[in-house]
Order: sequence, then structure tokens, then C-alpha cells
Amino acid sequence: MDWKRFGFIALIIIVLFGTVVMIGQVKQPPILIITSMLATTIAVATPLTLGALSGVYCERAGVVNIGIEGMMLTAAFFGWLGAIYMFNVFGRDAGLSIALGVFFAILSGLLMALLHAVLSITFKVDQIIGGTVINILAVGLTGFLNRQLFFGKGSVFGGSVPGSPGVLPTIHIPLTEIFTPICGASASCLQNLIAINRVFDQKPIAISAILLVFFSHYVLFNTRWGLRTRAVGEHPKAADTVGINVVKMRYLNVLIGGMFAGLAGAYFTIESVPSFEPLLTNGRGFISLAAMIFGNWTPIGAWAASLVFGASQALLINMQIFRDVIPPQWSFLQESYIVGLTPYILTMFILTGIIGKTTPPAADGVPYEK
Amino acid sequence: MTEANIVLEAKNITKQFPGVLANDRVNFDLRKGEIHALLGENGAGKSTLMNLIYGLHLPDKGEIFVNGKPIEIKSPNDSIAAGIGMVHQHFMLIPVFTVAENVMLGDEVTKRGSLDRATVAAKINEISKQYGLDVDPNALVGDLPVGLQQRVEIVKTLYRNAEIVILDEPTAVLTPQEAEDLFRIMHDLTARGVSIIFITHKLKEVLAVADRITVMRAGHVVNTVPPSETNEAQLANMMVGRQVILTVEKKDHQASGDILKVENLFVRDQRGLETIHNVSFTVRGGEILGIAGVQGNGQTELSEAITGLRAVQSGKVLIDEQDLTDKSPRFMTAAGLAHIPEDRQRHGLVLSYSVADNMALCDYYRPPFSNRGVIQQKALDENARNLISAFDVRTPSPFVNAGKLSGGNQQKVIVARELSRENVKLVIANQPTRGLDVGSIEYIHSEIIKMRDRGVAVLLISAELDEIMALSDRIVVMYRGQIVATVETKQATREQLGLWMAGAHVETA
Repeated sequence: MDWKRFGFIALIIIVLFGTVVMIGQVKQPPILIITSMLATTIAVATPLTLGALSGVYCERAGVVNIGIEGMMLTAAFFGWLGAIYMFNVFGRDAGLSIALGVFFAILSGLLMALLHAVLSITFKVDQIIGGTVINILAVGLTGFLNRQLFFGKGSVFGGSVPGSPGVLPTIHIPLTEIFTPICGASASCLQNLIAINRVFDQKPIAISAILLVFFSHYVLFNTRWGLRTRAVGEHPKAADTVGINVVKMRYLNVLIGGMFAGLAGAYFTIESVPSFEPLLTNGRGFISLAAMIFGNWTPIGAWAASLVFGASQALLINMQIFRDVIPPQWSFLQESYIVGLTPYILTMFILTGIIGKTTPPAADGVPYEK
Repeated sequence: MTEANIVLEAKNITKQFPGVLANDRVNFDLRKGEIHALLGENGAGKSTLMNLIYGLHLPDKGEIFVNGKPIEIKSPNDSIAAGIGMVHQHFMLIPVFTVAENVMLGDEVTKRGSLDRATVAAKINEISKQYGLDVDPNALVGDLPVGLQQRVEIVKTLYRNAEIVILDEPTAVLTPQEAEDLFRIMHDLTARGVSIIFITHKLKEVLAVADRITVMRAGHVVNTVPPSETNEAQLANMMVGRQVILTVEKKDHQASGDILKVENLFVRDQRGLETIHNVSFTVRGGEILGIAGVQGNGQTELSEAITGLRAVQSGKVLIDEQDLTDKSPRFMTAAGLAHIPEDRQRHGLVLSYSVADNMALCDYYRPPFSNRGVIQQKALDENARNLISAFDVRTPSPFVNAGKLSGGNQQKVIVARELSRENVKLVIANQPTRGLDVGSIEYIHSEIIKMRDRGVAVLLISAELDEIMALSDRIVVMYRGQIVATVETKQATREQLGLWMAGAHVETA
């Protein structure tokens, strides 16, 4: 493990949290601030984590994927559309519609990835161009369909967005119930317990993202699939000479990556807010890429890096909550556009390689020619 | 020998690549427990034949028999299943994987879905002990020296129970001592019933280790002979198809004053690691100084530092008393440096430019090639026509892209451009004949010697010890970025040089 990298990540998160605690403690006890920030961090990091995992699968197999943003956006749209269709047109119940929405999101991510795979693996198109195609196509496709289906004259839904079936529910993990006896009669203890419990009460996609991080890490470094995936990304010819089908391995990994990006897209419209607007992903696919790079192409590293971006988002939200108690010498923190820059400045800083060089897979972005 | 002893037979193999008939009705057989050498120049069709047997390409015509049974080999999976293993010239190893991971790749052992590294490591240790290979299954391949990486490749084939092992140019990257070690391992393998196909272009080795020798030329098998019935000259003739002069003829040298002086040079590579530590030497006019050493001991960085392509950490480079440390390559060229770079395709030529343009790369900005910033096409063409005939470059016209020429002719384009300039005082030739056919090698060697006889200083860097010994007047040996020995060629022996190249202790001479 790369301690310098993880140490830096921990440091940044502590600084971000510390800033908020220092400012907010006049209004709220630190434990409440920290737990609520943690909960926000994990939730906000969800699409970044899944996007970064998408990149890890593709790039470990040797295919650069800058199309994550487009895959996410497409999935966000089609997941949402699917849920609405199921709910309004086919009259399914809300729960089933939402579940099918997630399915459609994953499917559309997969199809976009299939396009990327065909372009970059079969036709050996420059992979950056292929990814750009995906990104532009996604913006155009979702924007166009969004307008055609919901707004304007003669649109299918007659000019208004029909009611959505809602979003995925929060899963309550009963820590409070289990540990209440430890607190006994102490009210503050119980209060803290409830606050801590809030960190663990997440929605299904957020929880699966974390499980998928550890699952992917295990798959990549401890299974046959992972060994072969990394082999075709490092030295495809070597893999070919021992009888591994390079094209097949690359295809499958890009498709898996597409499914991950699809799930990330579902987070926006099916888990977070039940609505869609053009350009909704707002660059998060690219931040995922940055997280993947800072995580040195490992799932756990990418997750840790995603948490940094999540924490800076939590900072932004909390700065608005504590706006009125920000000391005058720190007044710049009132400006949300300054605080909002944090993730982007961090990204640039991280990518300079000051925190330790990252090493991409050796054959990343190189089409395989026999 | 009876028919039953033949473990592998290729009959009437024909393979056409666009524009080349790489294998034309080739017959080849391998007996159990023998070392069968396959000798030929680059492009003779040896590697094509082996790639067909290994399943990396499919033959157009012909049949392959293993143990007397015809088999169809469509991919390496088929050949591996038939007991064929191949050690490629460029190792098929993944540097960031451990030895065990590399060995098991494609044939993994798993326990409940998880890679079973312990079982594989145990099997590697067993193979390693049995054949005296001595590899550590938990080492990262990228940390291993080349000789050990090659052993990992051999372990890879044995792990898959190969009974036929193809070694493609295995000695190209080894010191003479490492090569001896490899030959010992090869004999250990054959003693246990493994059959070996040994591909090479080195005549001495073939005569030393092979049981039979098959020579290929231009896609055909010329002949198969036992080593006892042939000699180097005869084999060379078969390879090239005409009389070849194996020894380079040269007069005694008349060294004049120092032309190149390198003083206390320190250089770092792109990762920031110091690859040249305190190197000093001089090359005199009319002298060829050879730098011997196994690839990757700092030769690349040294030549880049001297030619202005890489920043010098500290130290000095002087040409003809003029301090040229860290000057630009153009400045160096103007000062009389001719550079034949290590990688002719990446650094020597612009492959997508015509031969004529490539021949003017050093001087295009000066008259007569350029007039107030406008390229003079006529001058360029005339220059190209002159050089093409003077240096015997085989090209359909001066306007053909350099990338379309054969390796030998590409190198002649570079040699023509560099050596034809008027003010050349120093030639730096880095691996000038790597991968070339015997004819081109002869030619380039003679051109280098011509320069020396004209009083030019020549710095020759080569991983081929034979080339160093044939051309140089003096030899320095590089090991891990330092000069470990300097010796007059007349007093040098292959064995001693080989020991130095392997980093053996050097007594101060």
C-alpha cells in the first residue's frame, strides 16, 4: 500500500472536516457536524466512486475511458425515463418502477460502453477520440430526447413531466437499537449513537458502491479474471502468447466498466433527486477519472480519492448551513463559488504528481495489433 | 534415428505476408532430446516458421505433426496443449507481476475462486530445483536481471509441461557467461527428454551447442547439417547465399590527438535515477573506441548525454577542445558530430518523410538546401541521388517514404546522411548494425572503418561483443553506469570482457 497517498487523503479530509467543526461548533456539537459531514461525504462520493471503478476496469484492461461522463449522463437519463415509463405508461408500482429504472440505467451504460469497445478495440480508433464521441453523443442524445419527450409542441408527454415514482429508500442499519443498552440512561450517549447511526444509514447505490470497491479490489488482485485483466492491460502480447483472448478480455472489461458508469448515472436520478436536466452530471465523470488516477488505478485508492471530493462537497454544503457564523476574517468561505472550487483545485493539485507519481497500466490506450 | 524419434515435424509450410513469401514449402523436423538450431538472417523466415508452429499465425499451406500425429494449431492454446513452449526474443513477461503470477498466467491455479499462489510457487520451486534454474517465485519480474527473466520464461514453458521448447534468439541479451549458463540449462533439459529448437544468427553458438543445424534463407530451407560436418564459413555462405568475409579487414590505426573528451560525467535517466556515475574517457582521431556492455548498463544515457539529447547532471563533454556540454544537437552537429542513433526508426529517421528529406535532416536549414527559409527541392533531390548511389541505398526512388525501406537500407540512409557531411570529426555509432542482414553489416562496418582511416574519432557502442572486438582499437567496458575496464583490443579476450560485462571484480590495471 501506498502510505504517502493515503496519508495525504486522510490529511485533506481532516482539514476539510476540521474547518467546518471550527466554524460550526458555536451552533452544533462537533460530533453532530462530523457525522453529518461523513454521511454527506459518503453519499456524494457514490457516483465518483462508481465512475472511478468504471475507469479502473477499462484501463486495467488497457482501454482508456474518458467517456465515463457521457456514460453516466446517458444512464441518468434512461434510468429516469425508464422509471417514469414503467410508472406512468405501464402502470407498475413505484418500487418496481424504480428498480427497473436502475436496470435501464445499467443497460444504457453498457450500451454506451459497447460503442466505446467497438470503436476502440475492434476499429482501433484513438481511444481519447472514442471517449469524446461518447461524451458528445450523450449530451446530444439526452438533451434531444429530454426536449422531444417532455417539452414543446407534440411531445409524447404533452409538455409536462409526469409524476416520478420517487427515489430509492434509505436503508436503516439498526445500530441505535442494538447499542442502546450500552448507553443506559445517558441521554447524550444516546444522542451520539443516533448521530453515528446516521453515517451508516445510506441508500442502496451508495452502499453497493462501497461493497463493489472491496469486491473489485479482490477480483482485480486475487482472481484469475483480475490477473488476466491486468495482463492484457500491461502487456497484451504476453497474454496472447499464453492463450488469453486479448480482444475478449478487453471487451468484457469495458462492458463491465459501462455497467458501473450506468449505476453511477442511476445515483443522480433514481437515488438522489427524481428529476433530469441536461448536463446533469456536470463533470463528475471527469472527476471520477481524476480519482482513478490519484488512486493509482486501484479500487480502494480510487474510493479514497473519491472521498476527498465528497468531503469537499460536504464542506460546500456545510458552509452554507453555517454561513451566518463564519468569522469575518474567513469571510471568503461565504462565497460558495470559492468553496465550490475546492474539488477542482484539489484535482489539479493531485494530478501534478506532487503526492507521488502514479503509474498507469503499461498498455493503457494502446490498441492491440497481433 | 528412426521415425518414432521425431517429436515435431512441419511439412511443406507456406506462408504469404503482403509482399513477402515468408515461408516457401518449408520442411523441418525435431527429434526427441536434441537441440536443433535454426540459423538464418533477419527476415529469412525463422521466426515466421516458429510463430506458425506456436500458433501466433496460421499457415496458408502445410501440415504440422506432433509425435507423428497431424495437429491443427490455431492459437497458442493448441500448441501449449500439444506440449510446445516458446521463449520469445522479446520476453513475454509482465514486469509488475511476480514470477509466480507470470508463470501461472493463462493456466492459473485457483482455490475457491482465489489465485492459489502458494501451490504455484511450490511447483516453480520444484521445476527450478530439477533443472537448476534458481528462480524466486515471489520476486517481481521487473526487478530481475535479464538472464533471470529468461529463466522465468523457460520455467513458464516447463510449468505447462512443454516437451518441445522453442528458444528465439535467446543469447541476444546475455553476456557470454550468461550464455554459457543457458547452454548448460539447455543440455539439462535435453538430458531429461525435452527437445529444443534454438533460433539464432550467431554461428559460434550454433556450432557449440546444436545437434543439428538447419539454415534458412529468404523463406526456404537451404540445408540441414550436423555441426561436425560444417564450419563457420560454410554456414555463413548458406545463410547469405554468397561468400562472406567474416573478419573485418583493417589496417593498424594511426591515432592523432584527442577529439572527444568526456570528463567526470554524471547523468540521470527519466526516472531521476543516476545511470552514469563519474565516467571519463577520451577518443582520439583515427581511433575506434568500443563501449562493451550488456544492454541497459547506461550506454543509452551515455550516448544521449554526449549527443546533446539528455541533460548532463555534472561533468563535461569536449569535442576538439570545445566545451559542448549540454549544447543542443544542432550545435553539436555543426561542431562536427555525426550520430548514428540506437533506434533507427524512432530517432534516426522520420519514417513518414521521403528518403530525400531524411537525407537532409541535419542541414535542411542551411544553403544549398534552404534559401531564406524556403526549402530548395532541387538541391535536396540532387543530394539524395548522390548519396543513394554513393552509399548503395536500395530504394525505388528518392521520394519513397523511409518507412517503406528494409532495416538495412534505412540504416544506410542514416549512415549516408551522417557520414557524408564535410566537417565530421567524431562519429557516435550506437548499435549501428542491430537487426541487419550480413550484407548491410559488412557495408556499415567498412564505412565506419573508412571514417577512422580518414582520421575521424569513432565511438562505437554495441551489445554484440563480436562487433566490438572486430572494429575497435580500444575497448572500455560499462557496467551499471561505470567504466569498469579499459583495454587495448589486441590484449583483450572474450572471456575477460565477458567477466567485466557481468561486473566481476576489476583489478586496477
